[in-house]
Amino acid sequence: MSDDLRAILLDQVEKLLSDAAGPDLLRANERGEWPAALWEEAEALGLPLALVPEAMGGAGLGWGDAAALWQLLGRHASPLPLGEGMIAAALLAAAGVAPRVGYLGLAVDTAPVAWGRRAAALVQVMGETVALQPGPATRQGRAGFAREPADTAAPGVPVAEGRLPPAYGPEAGMLAGALLNAARIAGALETVLAMTVDYANTRKQFGRPIGGFQAVQQLLARCAGEVAVAGVAAGQAGRAADRHGLAGATFEIASAKVVCGEAAHAGAEIVHQVHAAIGFTDDHALHLFTRRLWEWRDGFGAERVWARRIGEAALARGGAALWPDLTTRDHGEGER
Amino acid sequence: MVGLRFDLRDTPPGSATLRAELRAFLAEQGKDWGPMERGYSWMGFDRAFSREVGKRGWIGMTWPEAYGGAGRTALERYVVLEEMLAVGAPVGAHWIGDRQSGPLILRLGTEEQRRDFIPRIVSGELAFAIGLSEPDSGSDLASLRTRAEKVPGGWKVNGRKVWTTNAHRCDFAITLLRTSPAPDPRAKHQGLSQFLIDLRASGLTIRPILDLVGEEGFNELTFDDVFVPDSLVVGEIGKGWEQATAELAIERAGPERYLSSLPLLTAALEDLRAEPAAAEMVGRLIARAGTLRQMSLAVAGMLQDGQTPAREAALVKDVGNDFEQALPERLRDLLMPGRTPPEVLEMQRIMTMVGRSYSLRGGTREILRGIIARQLGLR
Repeated sequence: MSDDLRAILLDQVEKLLSDAAGPDLLRANERGEWPAALWEEAEALGLPLALVPEAMGGAGLGWGDAAALWQLLGRHASPLPLGEGMIAAALLAAAGVAPRVGYLGLAVDTAPVAWGRRAAALVQVMGETVALQPGPATRQGRAGFAREPADTAAPGVPVAEGRLPPAYGPEAGMLAGALLNAARIAGALETVLAMTVDYANTRKQFGRPIGGFQAVQQLLARCAGEVAVAGVAAGQAGRAADRHGLAGATFEIASAKVVCGEAAHAGAEIVHQVHAAIGFTDDHALHLFTRRLWEWRDGFGAERVWARRIGEAALARGGAALWPDLTTRDHGEGER
Repeated sequence: MVGLRFDLRDTPPGSATLRAELRAFLAEQGKDWGPMERGYSWMGFDRAFSREVGKRGWIGMTWPEAYGGAGRTALERYVVLEEMLAVGAPVGAHWIGDRQSGPLILRLGTEEQRRDFIPRIVSGELAFAIGLSEPDSGSDLASLRTRAEKVPGGWKVNGRKVWTTNAHRCDFAITLLRTSPAPDPRAKHQGLSQFLIDLRASGLTIRPILDLVGEEGFNELTFDDVFVPDSLVVGEIGKGWEQATAELAIERAGPERYLSSLPLLTAALEDLRAEPAAAEMVGRLIARAGTLRQMSLAVAGMLQDGQTPAREAALVKDVGNDFEQALPERLRDLLMPGRTPPEVLEMQRIMTMVGRSYSLRGGTREILRGIIARQLGLR
């Protein structure tokens, strides 16, 4: 997608979210109330099928565009399971099955399905096999940190089934989910940093805003570093997926999940420290974001899972290959 | 994020060829580089090496061909830099000239200065030092007191500079000096000017200072009525602060701000195969190194576009310093005397010691975070 088109799409999504999203909606989500109005508007914009090729009724968005959209979603604490729905539709289409309208729940291996109870159908991804099953997922549960519905389906008979092309590899579901969570973390970190800077500039102690104290400034500068690192890692992962396919971008996606997971921890720690007691209350909106940061860093492979993958590959390749491997992944460096 | 942008960039077409040339060159040159050389990297000083780099056209790559430069892009230069730093090459004899002194002279110097200095920097003949810090002026740089007084035909310099890396081995230093008293204590940024100082000038005493590793890395410079001709003033008298600030932005922008300790990871990987806990930590380090490289490339891209990414550079230096300081410590938890080769353990020790300088040189962590905090809107 061209830069212009991407900007227009992101503007639309930003408008949609800034009108509808907010603490009230997030709290309703946590009570299990489906964000029906927001979902309908997203559907009206064609967002759930955005990653599906145009020939199959989608918008033909690339992974890089999607990562940018998911980062935006993260800035609003992702008040609807749009990212999961986009991935479910994309993988289904890639496996040759035309996606249907309505919310498609994403079931990767045996992991719970976000809002599975509201899914029109479930997309079960097992290795390279993608199966479409009737929804909803009836065994209800909820996410440990985010407290939003996370349900499991009873094993069912697939309505349709297909196989992913080789460029997706046997881990497509985990990779796409890791990219989603890395991007959402990058976005949510931007918001909590902005909230905390605002708070530090208004909260007064010892007769002046606490943001005037070097101790607080140093913390927030470090937080800004982590926010920037997360944004670059997520952006780079999306770009690599566009260029090399999901499987080919395993290194960048794994890196982004590791780095964003680390940033989620470091960032949440600092924003809570600066907000102090008020940020520890249920009333304050901060935890609506920080709990999701903790949720997303665990989901689709925690840091240690992806770090071990990167580390094992590097150890096998040895010291002489470390730097060449890091640099030959650059675009256009293949030519001699 | 709050006015800080990191647009992802690609290395330029043809980089693979350039890298192949560099890797062959560095493999040949670096046959005998031990843990000490690689541990010091860009503080290491080797004129013969720098002349060989110059011969191949890798110094002043982006400068105009009229002065001996190669007229190449900032991102091509970036490729050369990162290849050198990734193996810990001793670039100190040409590095300061290539990174900041040369660009400063090209931007603000007289035509005579350009013709005199630039070709000799390009060939690797002329080594530069940085004359900023003083005994009582570190982070509070503008409080510096070494002064230059106007005399017929030039300036008379008195005072002291300190922590001047490799000054005893270099030819020139670009110094920031006070040429008129600050109008009041809050306006101390006024009245400063930059001068090219010949490090063999009469009246200048250079005393090497042993560092904690046991090396003579940096120096104290004592100026006792040192005469500097008018022809060696850089830029405008009284504009030294603005000039030096722009110079520092360039100083902070390079890949040397996260790569300093990477040679240790490279050296340790084979040994770490025997350590069960290594894979996860190695993966975390590589994930971060790859990300920092993209941030650093983004800053190089901004330089290429003619921007001055001072705040972005400060942020990348800060997160880069954290990484390069953490790396030797993370590896310490995985290396094992008896199993790990002695030269890897030695490099780990050197980087533990040298690593203290990473978050000091080119602006301390606290100063950088102050810059970032102001950018965030904190006052």
